[in-house]
Amino acid sequence: MTYARRAWIILWKDLLIERRAKEHANALLFFCLLLLFLFQFALGPDRERLAAAVPGLLWLGFILAGLLGLGRSFLGERDNDCWEGLRLTPGDKSAIYLGKLAGNCVLMTAVEIILVILFGVFYNVDLWTPAAPLALVLALGTIGLAAVGTLFAAMTTQVRARELLFPVLLLPVQVPVLLATVSATQALLLGQPLADVAHWLKLLAGADLVYVTIGLLTFEFVLEG
Amino acid sequence: MTRALGWLAVLGLVVGIAAGFGYAPREAIQGNVQRIMYLHVPAVLTAYLAFGLVLAGSIGYLATRRPGWDRLAAAAGELGVLFTGLTIVSGSIWGKPTWGTWWTWDARLTSTAVLFMVYVGYLLLRSLIEDPDARARYAAVVGILGAVNIPIVHFSVKWWRALHQPSTILGPERSPIDPAIGLALFVNWVAFTLLFAYFLSRRMEIARLEEQT
Repeated sequence: MTYARRAWIILWKDLLIERRAKEHANALLFFCLLLLFLFQFALGPDRERLAAAVPGLLWLGFILAGLLGLGRSFLGERDNDCWEGLRLTPGDKSAIYLGKLAGNCVLMTAVEIILVILFGVFYNVDLWTPAAPLALVLALGTIGLAAVGTLFAAMTTQVRARELLFPVLLLPVQVPVLLATVSATQALLLGQPLADVAHWLKLLAGADLVYVTIGLLTFEFVLEG
Repeated sequence: MTRALGWLAVLGLVVGIAAGFGYAPREAIQGNVQRIMYLHVPAVLTAYLAFGLVLAGSIGYLATRRPGWDRLAAAAGELGVLFTGLTIVSGSIWGKPTWGTWWTWDARLTSTAVLFMVYVGYLLLRSLIEDPDARARYAAVVGILGAVNIPIVHFSVKWWRALHQPSTILGPERSPIDPAIGLALFVNWVAFTLLFAYFLSRRMEIARLEEQT
C-alpha cells in the first residue's frame, strides 16, 4: 500500500466516524456560538469596538475551538484500544500523522467557515469583500495550528492532566501563528491589498512547512508509547 | 572536576562583579542603572546556550536512545528557564528607570516571554510523565519543536512591534561600546557560562543518581 493511500485511509476513517457520530462537529459549533456571545458580553454592545476587535476575537475563537477539537483527535484511538493497531500498522508511521492532520484540517476548516459567517452576521463586519485573501490566511493558519496540535494531541493523550497540558504546550508555540493571522486578517479587513500582508503569509507558510516537517519526522517516536 | 568548575565559576563571578561595579566606567546617559547589563546580557546568552543544548540533547536522545542525552536536555531545560527568568526580571528592573515601565510589549521582551512559556511547558510535560522512556521521547519532540520555533517567534514578534534598542553585541555592525564596558561584559559572560556548566553537570549527575534508585 502506498504512503498516500495509508494516509488517506486514516483520513477517511476519521471523517466517517465524525459523519456518523457527529461527536466533535456539533459540540464545537455550539461552543463557537457560545464564544460569540461571550465576546459580546465581555466587550459590551459598542459596535465600533467590536468591529475593531474582530480579527483578534476571530482567531481567539479558532484557537479555543482548536484546543477542544484537536485535543480530542486521538482520544478515540485510546479509548477504543486502537492505539496498538496504529502502532502495528506496517510502513512509515508519519502517514498516520498526515492522515490525522488532514482530518483535523477538514474539521477545523468546517468549523471556521461557519464561525466566520456567524461573525459576519452577529458583529456586522463585511467579510465578503476580502473573502479570497482571507481564505488564504485561514488555510495557512489552520495548517499551522493543526500541525502542532495533532502532534501534541497524540502526545498528551497518554498523559494524565491531558486537558491542562495540551493547551499549556500548544498555546506558546502558536504565538507566531496567532500574531501572523491576526495581523493579516486585520489588514485585510481594513481593505489593504494582499501584497501588504505578503510578509505575514510567507511567515505562515514557512511556519507551516517547519511544523509539518517536524510532525512527520517525530511522529513515530510519539506513537511508540 | 565538577567541584573545580564550581570554584572557577565563583571566581569568575567575583571578578565579574568587580569588573562590573569597579572597573567599568559609569555609563554616560543611563548612569549606574546600565550596570544591570552585566547580569542581563550574560543571562540571556546563557539561556540561548541552554536551549541550544536542549535541542542537541533531544535530537541525541531520539537518535541514540541513550538516557544521558535526555538528562542533558532536562538539565539544560531547567537552567534555560532559570536564566530566561533572570533575563526577564533583570530587564524589567532596568526598564523601570530607563523606559519608565516595568513591562512593555516590545518585540524582544515579548519573544523572550514566549520562549519562557514554551520551556515552562516543556518542564511541565516532563513533570507529568512517570515512565522515563515516554517522558524522554515526548520531551524530545517538544524540545526540538520549541527550538526550531525560536526564529519563527522572533520574526513574528519583531514584525508585530519594536521598541528595544538594537542589539549592540550581536548586531550587524561594530558597536560604539567603551572597551572597558565590553571587557566587563565579557568577563561576566564567561563567569555565567562557567556557572551554567557547573549547574548543568551537577543537575545531570543528580538525575543519573535518581534514575539508579
